[in-house]
Order: sequence, then structure tokens, then C-alpha cells
Amino acid sequence: MSDTTMTAAATDSSQNGQLEFLVKGDHHPQNGTLLGFWIYLMSDCLIFACLFATYGVLGRSYAGGPTGMELFDLNLIAISTSLLLISSITYGFAMLQMQANRLKGTMFWLAVTGLLGAGFLGLELYEFHHLIHVGAGPQTSGFWTAFFALVGTHGLHVFFGIVWLVTLLLQLKKRGLIPENKRRVFCLSMFWHFLDVVWIGVFTYVYLMGVLP
Amino acid sequence: MFENLDLTKLIFGRLTWDAIPFHDPIILGTFAVVAVGGIALLAALTRYKLWGYLWNEWFTTIDHKKIGIMYIILGLVMLLRGFADAIMMRLHQAMAFGDSTGYLPPHHYDQIFTAHGVIMIFFVAMPLVTGIMNYLIPLQIGTRDVAFPFLNNFSFWMTTGGAVLMMVSLFIGEFAKTGWLAYPPLSGILQSPGVGVDYYIWALQIAGVGTLLSGVNLLVTIVKMRAPGMSLMKMPVFTWTSLCTNVLIVAAFPVLTAVLAMLSMDRYLDTAFFTNDLGGNAMMYVNLIWIWGHPEVYILILPVFGIFSEIVATYSRKPLFGYTSMVYATVVITVLSYLVWLHHFFTMGSGASVNSFFGITTMIISIPTGAKIFNWLFTMFRGRIKFDVPMLWTVGFMVTFVIGGMTGVLLAVPPVDFVLHNSLFLIAHFHNVIIGGVLFGLFAGITYWFPKATGYKLDEFWGKMSFWFWLIGFYFAFMPLYVLGLMGVTRRVSHFEDQSLQIWFQIAALGAFLIAIGIAAFIIQLVVSFLRRESLQDETGDPWDGRTLEWSTSSPPPPYNFAFTPQVHDLDAWWQMKQHGFQRPESGFIPIHMPKGTWAGIVLSGISVVVGFALIWHMWLLAGVSFVALIGTAIYHTFDYDRDYYIPAEEVERIEAERTRKLANV
Repeated sequence: MSDTTMTAAATDSSQNGQLEFLVKGDHHPQNGTLLGFWIYLMSDCLIFACLFATYGVLGRSYAGGPTGMELFDLNLIAISTSLLLISSITYGFAMLQMQANRLKGTMFWLAVTGLLGAGFLGLELYEFHHLIHVGAGPQTSGFWTAFFALVGTHGLHVFFGIVWLVTLLLQLKKRGLIPENKRRVFCLSMFWHFLDVVWIGVFTYVYLMGVLP
Repeated sequence: MFENLDLTKLIFGRLTWDAIPFHDPIILGTFAVVAVGGIALLAALTRYKLWGYLWNEWFTTIDHKKIGIMYIILGLVMLLRGFADAIMMRLHQAMAFGDSTGYLPPHHYDQIFTAHGVIMIFFVAMPLVTGIMNYLIPLQIGTRDVAFPFLNNFSFWMTTGGAVLMMVSLFIGEFAKTGWLAYPPLSGILQSPGVGVDYYIWALQIAGVGTLLSGVNLLVTIVKMRAPGMSLMKMPVFTWTSLCTNVLIVAAFPVLTAVLAMLSMDRYLDTAFFTNDLGGNAMMYVNLIWIWGHPEVYILILPVFGIFSEIVATYSRKPLFGYTSMVYATVVITVLSYLVWLHHFFTMGSGASVNSFFGITTMIISIPTGAKIFNWLFTMFRGRIKFDVPMLWTVGFMVTFVIGGMTGVLLAVPPVDFVLHNSLFLIAHFHNVIIGGVLFGLFAGITYWFPKATGYKLDEFWGKMSFWFWLIGFYFAFMPLYVLGLMGVTRRVSHFEDQSLQIWFQIAALGAFLIAIGIAAFIIQLVVSFLRRESLQDETGDPWDGRTLEWSTSSPPPPYNFAFTPQVHDLDAWWQMKQHGFQRPESGFIPIHMPKGTWAGIVLSGISVVVGFALIWHMWLLAGVSFVALIGTAIYHTFDYDRDYYIPAEEVERIEAERTRKLANV
């Protein structure tokens, strides 16, 4: 914020031979929440990196059990992927509404985002239930272990994203678009888009490549 | 699952009276001592009505200085536990030859070496390093607190929560018998069906949350909150090394979280990540855990390099030689620390090319480290050196660490490693760098900054006693292990047949006793210094004629650290201020914006411990309820928007006037 002006002022005063060693008046460092949250997301990204690597190692260890090619239903995945991708767009609408300081609009689009996320989660649970039902549970083989761990961890993130979203709706309702709440909406936005990016990796690496012979 | 629902089992899981080690006199004795001591402590706290003070001023505080001190206290208390394990092992190995089986049954011995490693790394070295970073970073960069004060308190309590679970495992159930990294398949459910590995997992997971969040916190603090004028290349070296350490923390600990989560899935859900059957791959665990584990050793050593740099410059009364090269060396080590993990298991058999790659990267890492040693030497060269206690630790470190570093380069040669893998040579090597590096540095740092934190210096005599006993004890304890390692003795053995080896183990045991005296001298030093605090008092705030901003405030610093934010023009900001005849302002104070204390950290951590304990013992009902409580409490806390307050200008004026009065007395 005032870093550049401060340094400029300091250089000026040093030219007069007098260094100023204190900032007179109130000094507030920049708020670091967004940077901090971004760093947290990157560390979370590493957890996914480990799970992707694990999937890479165990990705063909079927132990005589079913393979992904036999069981993945790309039509279902296409629908759930669309739900999640559209939910990112609707979150974008919520952000636009927030920029325009419209509380109702923000909450509306957030709620839509949450519903789309819940739809995604519902389809994922259905898929898991179906897979376990036909004999491809996490205990079946190294491959299915890695599959459930990677996809399930993503799903768990979406679940906690929805919990957060509901909490945030309550807080918006209670306090409106105060700076703290705006910051929180911004953080959740990063979180939500991050989950989308991870899902694109999952979709490509697990499902699309999984059905290749 | 529901057809044979058993209420006792649902509530208590696998916890029965058998879990309490009544049959083991050693543990029972320890328990008696801990219980009596604990009750006496609680009684004293109640008698002197200290609960309110502790709760308001310490447990719920978000002041980075108090949190830093609590971290250091945690680390020192756990050092006693970890060292008790060490001396038990040394004593046992010195006895267990031929017909004598020693005094520890193998299953107990196995728990001790595991607990020793886990405690020393996670609950001694990490809290001490984090504590010193926590205390110093905001002071060195001229700010009033860390970026996220509540997270800071929460991080501390999560680390403590992990330590609590660790201690509980001593008296309820057992600890892991797997070695400190719990390699599967040994740590899998088939080979380790008990609760030991589960204690290991949950203690580390809970503490890991704290470490990760504290890494994010300090990273943002350094990036965003430096005083105006302090560009990156004007940061004190300790802050630089801390910055790199925190980068390593946020880039390494998630891997530990992930790999431990996978191990717990194998144990709880019968999955097949690391199993021998169903296509699991145990070496994947070993790779992943060392991708965390190798950066971890640099997480410990880098801040300590920073501590030594500050001390060398101060006690040589010269600016640090080669500041820029020091910074670049630190950054190079940070990057390289990610490219060497495979040297921990050359014997995996990944082939000549892979092994040579990792062997070479490992050898390369000694170059920036060597550059640092030369920088310190050149700083001392023609300096007016004062051999105070911190400087003694520094010189002791430089000699010892170079030996440890060289044996490390030896081990980096893959063919040599095939001979020395898992031998006592390796044990000697890493104790050589961790004790001679990390621990010496932490003692140096504690001695150096003690007056800043408490307002009085540490007693010289007992400090020197502690240093010499540690140094000599270290050489007695670990040089024999190099010899034994070269003769082919492997680690974690609880009984030996070859009587000719015994003398070396006896020498090592003697070394451990010398170290015990060193630790005792350190404790005596704390007590003596406290009793003599009047005569050891530091009223200037700058007892060593320091160079960096932490010495510009009072000892101990006021809650707000600096009445006015410093304006930085140069490296060694405080030194420059002194050179320019800086005058403290004595009026014109303004209200200071500060964060408020909160109950949430300690409560959330307490609930996490309950969740962990319930999961360890398969108490599913309690686990579910407490997990929901954990999430609910966290959400409830986010509804609290009232998190800051202003220290009124009159209060600042009163505190600063007190300081003026004290400075006038000097």
C-alpha cells in the first residue's frame, strides 16, 4: 500500500542527511488473508498431487478384479462434470453480484452454486454405491483403493465446501456484505474454483484415460 | 455390523482394563511419578489461584510472544521425555549381551526407540524451532503480531494436542513398535494389530494440522507484514531462513498428511495402498514419507542456521560476512532438499541411474552448506569475538556439524550406503547433525534471546557447564556408534551375542550420562537465573549490543512490540539506528490496533484429542459425536466477528514512560 511512498519519503529525508527511523502515525500492514488462503490451497493441492501419484502407481493393479474400463459410466460422469463446471460459473455470478453490492443476488447465486454442488455429490454417491454393489469397492484391489481415495477426497472437499457455503449464507443473512464477509465469499470462491480445477484433472486422468484399453 | 451390536463395545471400543500396563513396573513407576507430580502441580495452581491468570494471559492469548514461549516450554518438557527414552535404550544396549537380556523386554524396547524418534523430531525439535520463529519473526520485521493471530494460538494447541496423545500412549495401551516412520507392511493391520500405530497416526495428524497452519501463518507474516523499507534483501538472516523453512513446511507437510491418511485407510478400511496382496505397494509409502521426511530435516536445520548467523555477527561485532551468499545458499538448500529423498533407501533397488542421480544431488547440497560454514568463519575472522555461551554453542556446532556433514557425504555414495544402510553409522550420522546442528543451535538461540523474552540473562557458569557436558557427552555417545556401524552393527537391535562389541556400547552409555548432566545443568541454569534475576536484569532491551530490530524494544517487549512502526533503511536496522544516534520518542503516542484473545484454539484442540483418542480405540460413537462437535465449534467460532480492540494511547504512554524511567537508571 504505502510501501513505495514511504521509501520515497525515506530517500528524500536521507538526502537531507536526516534519516527517519519511525513511521509517525498509524501503520497498518496489508491484509494477508487472500494470500494465506491461496497458500493453503496450494498445500491442499499437494495432497491431491500425492493421491494422483498414488493412482499413477496403482492405476493398473487390478489384482484380478474389475477394471475401470469395464465399470466407468462416462455418461454419468459427463452429467456430474457439467454440474460442477456450471456451479463454478454460478459462483462467478455471485461474485459479480457481490461486486455490485447486491446482497440478495449474491445469496441467490451462492444458493444455486450449493445446489449444483449437492447434485454433483449426489451423483458421486450414486456412482460409489453402484460400484461397491457390483463388487468394485475400495478393498477390491490397489486400483480401486487409489480410485476411491482420489475421487472420494475430492468429494469430501465438495462436501465441506457446501457446509462452508451454507454457513456463509447464514452469515451474509445476519451481517450483510461487510468487508469480513466479502473476504470470506472471496476465499470460498477460490476454494470452489480450485475444486473445479482438480476435478478436471480427475475427469481426464481417471475417467477419460481409465476407459482407454 | 449391526447384527452383533454390543453397547460396551460401541462406547469403549477396544479399550479394556488390559490396556493399562499394570504388569510393567517401569511404566507403572513412571505413571506414579507423573500422577503425583501432576496432582501437586494442579494443587499448587489452585492454591495460588493461578487458573484465571493462566487461562486469560496464556492459554487464550494470541500474542505471538507468549505463544512462542509456550512452544518452547512444550519442546523442553518433551525433551525430558525423549531423553528418558534415549538413556533407557543406551542403558539397555550396554547390558544386553550374551546371557543377559537387559532390563527391557523386546516389545517395550521397540516402543521406546519409536517413541524416542517421534518425540525428538515432532515434539521437541519442531516446537522449539516453531517457538523461536514465532517469538522472533514479528519482532525482527518490525510488526505487532503475525498475520493470523487466532490461527497461531490454534496451531500451538494442535501441536500440544498431538503431544498429549503421545503421552497418553505411555499409560493407556501402547505406542508403535515400528520405528519412527512406521513403514508398512510392518505398520499395517496384519503385523501391528494393536493401538500403537494408531496412536502414532493420530498424534502426528493432529500435530501436523498445527504445523501446516503455522507455516502458512508465518509465511504470510514475512511476505506481507515487514516494516516499511525492509525489502527482501534487507531482512535479517534469521527471518530469511525462517521464510525458506516455512515454504518447506507448506510444501512438505501435506505429503505427510496424505501418506498417513492412506496408512490409516489401510488400517481402518482394509484398503490396499501398501499391502503385500491385492496390488498394494509398500515402497510407495517409503517414497512418499521421505518426500516429506527429507525436507523435514531442512525445516529443522535452516532456522538454526539463521540463529547461528545472528549470533556470529553479534558476538564478532561485525556485519555478517556474505549476507547475499548466505541468502542464496539458503534458497538453494530449500530447492535441493526436494531432490534427494531417495538417498534414504538406495537399497530399494531402483537401479544405477536413479541412485546416481540422488547420490549426486545429495553431494551437491553440501556445497551451499559449506558456503555457510565459510561465511561464519569469515565473519569471525578479525572480529572482536566475545566467547559468551551462545558463541560457545556456535563454535561447538561448527566443528561437530562439519563432521556430521562429512559422514553424510560418505553415506551419499550409493555403494557405500549399501554397506552402511540402517547401520549404527547412519544413527551416528544423523544424531551428529541433529544434535550438533539443530539442538546446539536451539540452545544457542534460547540463551541468546532469553533476556529479550524474560528481561534477565541466563547464568553464565551453568550455561558453560551445560555446553561442555553436552559437547563432550555427545562425542562419547556417538563416536562409538560410528565404529560399531563400520563393524556392521544394525540399528534397533535389543540383544547382542558378540561380547567384543560391549565396550563400545558402554562408552556410548557413559556419553548419554554426560549428556544427562548437561541437561540437568541447563535446568539448574534456568532455576539459578530465575533466583538471581535481579542481578542478571537487562533494562536496556539490548544486552548484547545487537544488530536487528528485536533489540530496539524493551525486554520483555510490550504487547504491541513497537509503539511506532520502525522505518527500515538498511540491513542490521537497529545497528544503523544506534549509529545515527536514534532517540526514542517519549510523547505523541497513538492508540494501537490489536487482536483479541480467544478460547477457540484450546477448545478445538481439546476436542481433536478426544476425536483422535476415540478413533485409536475404535470408540465409534464417541468419535462421531466429537467429530460433529469439532466441526460445530469451528463453525460457531466463525460467527464471532468481534476480534480486535485498541490499546488506548494513555496505556501506551504509561508503558513507554515506565521504559524511559528504566533506561534512565542504566
